[in-house]
Amino acid sequence: MFSLRDKHLADDIVSQIKKAEVKLKFMHVCGTHQDTLVKHGLDVLLQKCGIEIGQGPGCPVCVTTPKEIEEILVLAKEGKTIATFGDMIRVPGATSSLQQIKTEGCDVRTVYSIEDAVLLAEMHREKEVVFMAVGFETTAPTTASVLLRGPPLNFSVFCCHRLIPPALQAILDMGEIKIDGFIEPGHVSTIIGVRPYEFISNNYHIPQVITGFEPIDLLMGAWMLVRQIQQAKAEVENEYTRAVKTQGNKKAQQIMKQVFEPVDIKWRGFPTIPQSGLILRKKYDHYDARKKYEEELEELSEKEFAEPVGCLCGDVLRGLISSKECPLFGRQCTPDKPVGPCMVSSEGNCNIQYRYLKK
Amino acid sequence: MCLAIPGKIVEIDKKKQSATVDYGSGTKRKANVSLVDIKIGDYVLVHAGFAIQILDKKEAQETLALFREMLSLQEDV
Repeated sequence: MFSLRDKHLADDIVSQIKKAEVKLKFMHVCGTHQDTLVKHGLDVLLQKCGIEIGQGPGCPVCVTTPKEIEEILVLAKEGKTIATFGDMIRVPGATSSLQQIKTEGCDVRTVYSIEDAVLLAEMHREKEVVFMAVGFETTAPTTASVLLRGPPLNFSVFCCHRLIPPALQAILDMGEIKIDGFIEPGHVSTIIGVRPYEFISNNYHIPQVITGFEPIDLLMGAWMLVRQIQQAKAEVENEYTRAVKTQGNKKAQQIMKQVFEPVDIKWRGFPTIPQSGLILRKKYDHYDARKKYEEELEELSEKEFAEPVGCLCGDVLRGLISSKECPLFGRQCTPDKPVGPCMVSSEGNCNIQYRYLKK
Repeated sequence: MCLAIPGKIVEIDKKKQSATVDYGSGTKRKANVSLVDIKIGDYVLVHAGFAIQILDKKEAQETLALFREMLSLQEDV
């Protein structure tokens, strides 16, 4: 019921886009969108219709900064148990990776959900368990919900959650590329709803379509953007109505608001983006790894860490180049031996490109 | 990262804010349901062990028909 496949409808959408005779550049900000586009060859199909769709900074693991990785490495080396999602463990920092230091004896655990990390803390009261919380608005409510429940005090969160709308604004303000429309991330939108995107259309006159993840969804999303452009409109439309309500998930929004407050934060490849990160409110200091282990992290407080040598993940994340334009792609940088995060994460542009096309 | 999978709620444990979700083909898993108000039979999207939204069954059934209608309207313009 939730898997939409219909070849005739797909043909109709493509033929209408072709008929429009456009030359446009769209951006999406979601690894799952990129996966559908490349897996089903839709990126190539749309290119033939005059539409280029590229992935912006839509991969939470990829936009986590080298400094955040160094900080979590310090905590691991100080004897904390680090729990986080699989992709994060393999991302190389400036000095090492969580995977690497695990082989050197540090306690690093891969978890599927923050719930697994809490369970670990409950079962091992002697361990200090730090959950490295990465993810956009889709994931942040899961962290908030767990903290509201009051997990054991040997559990804490190293918060790296980030917000999508401020990043879209940053891309436009930087003005490095021309964007004719945004395909907005369906699952982020299940939480935030339609309104948080409206300022983009109002202030920058950019059409946007919140889009689902089936091939038909993405073709339809592109078609709806083309239709807006033909009608000289710039609105936020919702293609993914089966999952995204206009007001989003109010309960999740409320829980997030209770636990987090927005903060200015750097994204990999970007300068500091105002109000684009989340930190724990003061009330939750006892669960905030940055506060709890302030002393251990002190040595890094003034330090800056560079990107890996030759790595162009920053340019990929800003939509300036495609993965294949990076000289390291498929040569020095492969999923088995990644140089940058976009080749590590299954949501990363380089990893997706390599997985479906390079092999 | 923002991957979410649809499944059907088949059992609810209110005390634990948890529910059993049936993903079809015999795959059933527990999910945290603290972010949604659900009842048995609801379809939900599950992300990182949490149900993040209830899916609208009617909307889903009508989606393809709606798309066809939108396309035909545009064809007439």
